[in-house]
Amino acid sequence: MLNPTSIEAKGLTKKFGNFTAVDGISFTVNSGEIFGFLGANGSGKSTTIRMLCGLLQSTSGTASVAGFDINTQPDDIKKNIGYMSQKFSLYDDLTCTENIRFWGGIYGLTDAKIEARLKWAIGIAGLEGRENTLPRDLPGGFKQRLALGCAMLHEPKVVFLDEPTGGVDPIMRRRFWDLIRQLAEQGTTIFVTTHYLDEAEYCNRVMLIHAGRIIAGGTPEELKTKSLKSPVYEVETDRVIDAMAALDEDKRIGETSVFGSFLHVSIAKEQDAKAVISEVLQKHGIAAKRIEPIVPSLEDVFIHLIDEQTKFAKEERA
Amino acid sequence: MISTHRIRPIIRKEFRQIVRDKRSLGVLLVVPAVMLILFGYALNYDVKHVPLAIYDQDNTTTSRELTEGFLHTEYFDKVASLTSDRQIDTMLIKQIARAVLVIPIHFERDLSANRSVSIQVIIDGSNATNATAAAGYLQAMAQDYSQKITLQALARHSSAQVELPIDFQPRIWYNPELTSPKFLVPGLVGFILMISTVISTSLSIVREREKGTLEQIIVSPIHPMELIIGKTVPYVAISLISTSLILLTGYILFDVVIRGSIVLLFLESLIFIFCGLGLGLWVSSVSDRQEAAFQLATLVSVLPTFMLSGFAFPIRNMPVFIQAITYINPARYFLWILRAIILRGAGLAVFWQETLFMIIFAAGIITISWNKMKKLF
Repeated sequence: MLNPTSIEAKGLTKKFGNFTAVDGISFTVNSGEIFGFLGANGSGKSTTIRMLCGLLQSTSGTASVAGFDINTQPDDIKKNIGYMSQKFSLYDDLTCTENIRFWGGIYGLTDAKIEARLKWAIGIAGLEGRENTLPRDLPGGFKQRLALGCAMLHEPKVVFLDEPTGGVDPIMRRRFWDLIRQLAEQGTTIFVTTHYLDEAEYCNRVMLIHAGRIIAGGTPEELKTKSLKSPVYEVETDRVIDAMAALDEDKRIGETSVFGSFLHVSIAKEQDAKAVISEVLQKHGIAAKRIEPIVPSLEDVFIHLIDEQTKFAKEERA
Repeated sequence: MISTHRIRPIIRKEFRQIVRDKRSLGVLLVVPAVMLILFGYALNYDVKHVPLAIYDQDNTTTSRELTEGFLHTEYFDKVASLTSDRQIDTMLIKQIARAVLVIPIHFERDLSANRSVSIQVIIDGSNATNATAAAGYLQAMAQDYSQKITLQALARHSSAQVELPIDFQPRIWYNPELTSPKFLVPGLVGFILMISTVISTSLSIVREREKGTLEQIIVSPIHPMELIIGKTVPYVAISLISTSLILLTGYILFDVVIRGSIVLLFLESLIFIFCGLGLGLWVSSVSDRQEAAFQLATLVSVLPTFMLSGFAFPIRNMPVFIQAITYINPARYFLWILRAIILRGAGLAVFWQETLFMIIFAAGIITISWNKMKKLF
């Protein structure tokens, strides 16, 4: 039954007037994969999801989801996907059970089917014994999993999660990701957006969208090892901001970014990085407590990629 | 395609939410009846039991006969008998009396001598409506009395039976006591139906938009039409119940009997409810916050229905351009139809044009809003 390709986009483009929100993106997502779709607000992320959910027609290019064309078969797509956003769309004045029954009814499930899925949804949300509470009396993590359950009552093949962990505490976030992994193991394709880059590490593959274009894609491992040409150093100093300003002025230094009380600095391979960094800092009278090479995080990678992309775009214009 | 299978859960959910939200249920069911009671008693244009002080300087059988005539009605209550001019001022300033009747000395003597006499009435004009009404009553009664005396005098002079050349006997139909509630109840039905449908439908949709549940519904296979039908059916039902409660309250408290067909009345109400639902949908298609929706809904429902429908103010007295605006106000037609059915027992033949207009309005506003709403999906 499993079609290996669950989502396939070919040159997918969406224009709003003169503005190109999504600019010819192509990618495939395999069945049972957890696919992370990352990008800032306004990067074209939401527009892409809306097109994939059959809510928006593409200007050009095509995409298929669960075997259906987004432009010609949006109704079939809606029957075969689940969708959950960070708002955890539950009715606060209906009990958990009533919420589940309502969403089951919306998806046209039979009463028998609803009863069966009711047990399942209560189970994954961990709400046994609290079936008749109102969602507003539940902590965020429970609401989130209940919302996911409600979005999956009709056993969709593909589930879109739009910032699903917004406003949920870290422990609950981890439990949520455990659940996501279980669902993926059972063959459900998970298409997820998040701005917590640590969460991107849970994904089998990620894709970064910036200004409507895909600027990188691959497994988190690949991205971390392959996309950075220059190594990253971590600098510990009391004057993080001053240090960043000083380093940014120097042409030999690549990107800098602040991580709490540390500074991450990328610098071309050929040079003696430690010597260059300490020289620049000394010139500005800033003391560095520690300078050492680190394995870059996804965040480093994305900052680098977006920076590069912005520079590239400027040169292109010039 | 549209399937009742998917509409049912929406209706069930909507009913549940309405019932659970005691406040909005109260607003829909109880407030209309309370409003009727308040309006019915407070918005009363009738003037009754006006406190009247009498300064009878003559103090004779004839003068007492005159004052008895005044006090025999329910329009005036005697609050004091005065003995000096100065007391008149005190009476009115302290508002013990709203009107003072002064009968001059020699009243009886002059009358028997066939001389014309003046009696004086002093009225507190600070409330113009009441003053006008009171003056009207007093004048009518004085004329009545004067007529009686003239007839008696004539009879005394000629042995033949004397009759007035014109016997003026006005008859007021449909609302013979000219009581305000009979006039107000139909107006209130329209007013309340309009408010409850426009405000509640628009809030119920905008709330879902604000909470994000609408987004969730949009990604589901449900057809937008199914959603709209599912969301409006409960409000139609509740509005009809509300209509019945208002009519029942009107009957019990104010003796407002429906002379015409009740079935016709409910059918007309249903058409009017669709006008309200259409406006409610329009409001929810242009506002994305509940506060904004509430304000806009109040604006488009309360103002036209209260001010421009002939409910509180007669349309005839409005400036021409405002009168023109009332022609596109469905409430204007609905009120006219309701009064026709309730007070005059009229049938469709009398108001088919008004009915047709309401149908056109409902169809138009629903189509416009539907096209705007569709873009949200």
